Amino acid sequence: MADQHTSPRAIVDEDAALPTVADLYGELDEDRTTEVMTVNIGPHHPATHGVLRLVVDLEGEIVRDLKPVIGYVHTGIEKSCEDKSYWKVIPFVERMDYVSYFFQMEAYCGAVERLIGLEIPPRAKYLRTIFLELNRIHSHLVWLGTTALDLGAISMLWYCFRERDRILDLFEMATGQRMHTRYFQVGGVIEDIPLGWEERCRSFVHDMPIRVGQYEALLDRNEVFLQRTKGVGIVSRERLLELGVTGPLLRAAGEPWDLRKAFDYLAYPEMDFKIPVGTVGDNYDRYRVRVAEMVESTKIIGQALDALPGGPFIADDRKYVLPPRSELSTSMESLIHHFKLVTEGFRVDPGEIYYAIEGPRGELGCFVLADGSSKPARVHFRDPSFVNLQSFKDMAMDSYVADMICSLGMLDPILGGVDR
Amino acid sequence: MPDGPGLELLRGEIDLDLAGAVLDTSYAKERAVLIVDAGRVREVLTWLRDTPGQGYRFLSSLHVADYLPAEPRFGVHYEMLNRERVERLRVKAMLPAEGPEIDSVTDLFPTANFQEREAFDFFGVLFRGHPELTRILLPEDYVGWPQRRDFPVGGEPVTFTYSEERYG
Repeated sequence: MADQHTSPRAIVDEDAALPTVADLYGELDEDRTTEVMTVNIGPHHPATHGVLRLVVDLEGEIVRDLKPVIGYVHTGIEKSCEDKSYWKVIPFVERMDYVSYFFQMEAYCGAVERLIGLEIPPRAKYLRTIFLELNRIHSHLVWLGTTALDLGAISMLWYCFRERDRILDLFEMATGQRMHTRYFQVGGVIEDIPLGWEERCRSFVHDMPIRVGQYEALLDRNEVFLQRTKGVGIVSRERLLELGVTGPLLRAAGEPWDLRKAFDYLAYPEMDFKIPVGTVGDNYDRYRVRVAEMVESTKIIGQALDALPGGPFIADDRKYVLPPRSELSTSMESLIHHFKLVTEGFRVDPGEIYYAIEGPRGELGCFVLADGSSKPARVHFRDPSFVNLQSFKDMAMDSYVADMICSLGMLDPILGGVDR
Repeated sequence: MPDGPGLELLRGEIDLDLAGAVLDTSYAKERAVLIVDAGRVREVLTWLRDTPGQGYRFLSSLHVADYLPAEPRFGVHYEMLNRERVERLRVKAMLPAEGPEIDSVTDLFPTANFQEREAFDFFGVLFRGHPELTRILLPEDYVGWPQRRDFPVGGEPVTFTYSEERYG
């Protein structure tokens, strides 16, 4: 038996000189070092954060041209929405950008509410604000964990997903689902937060800035992380604006543009928070801006919990909002409304609207066209990932392949949102 | 958003420079809309972008809607944003049902590149002068314009039929 498993060490002459590159591959000619080679990366590749395919022209290790090819998870959600009544569209749109589902719901529900002129009660505005900001932290945690993983900081993934799990627990406690909660309704939210939820949320709000400090302690003095991110992937502010880029990417380049401050929606006008902006616009700034945004989001949640008004959590308009369950056994009127809403759904007068909110990746716009029936004639999402992806070529041009992967992580595209 | 009178003032200013380019205005749900001549949409967008005091320099979104059975049938929407005054303005160009074609604005607003490709992909609207007008989300060999209102939901043949054949 022993003879069959001769150790490889035994047949290597340890005194012999190691072969040189020229021995193994022959002399490298001058041309070979400058040859441009087209390489396909993806669509199934762990570093592309989803089903993204990149066709890259490489000169050695330097990226000379790049083309993102998308559409691999296109599921025709916008078309399917046209075949559903307004309230049944909500679970569909949540599944576009699958880590910022509350934002999709808000964009869609807000658009429909503005189309029918339905005012939502103050408590619903505050609850929506709280859930949106929790979702923003959740989305940034997924981004931070996976991007740090790309750069070799594996432990960051576990720490980020630990805190993400606390957010998902909060979602589950309030809505019954961890993801794709279908919590927002046209007119408000579907039910009030349960007893004890506020306390758990406050404890999370208390812990989160400490956790963010720990993340920074892990990354901010990490020489590898700093060298990989500082001065890499710089795109100027003007170019980003031309390309329609919004959100943390634009703010990292020094443009303080945030729809939460610019436009008046939900409870944001009453909140006191800052917009973090960068100076250089490199990958390090993108990281700093998002991390600072997480802290600002916890401030918003804390303030919203303090100022959470009482009263109803959904509008009391029986033409659009389901009547309370308790009325169904006593009131014929309520039963008829319930039946009409569940079977046909509500009708919306002809009109069209574009409503945009600040998502975790930038301007998330929803266009709804109503033709007077109970189904929308068109639902279109202006997804920030889709538009921001156009700036990827500028970020990765003339950098190393490894830096391209870093830039892609910092761009933070969610391919479900890109392809819809 | 410009309010109703503000929209009319804006239209008056555009009419001074580009007579006849704006066909109509509409103001509803606190949203201002300029309906422009499809052949002159580039002139209007350039005017809105470059005229001092206007500054609609940011194209937030470009999308198409199908107004079947109306004629002209397709509407190309340009959601313009003035970030200094925090105002949105929608510029809309209507296109006929047969051979919808409009000038591309990718050189004025590079962000329109993907969005025009998406509009072409789903509605078959041709953008003249686009650098690379190919399908973006659907496969290259796909036939048809699935977001049109007369394209049926479920009009797609099922490729994988194993279960159906085996279990009926």
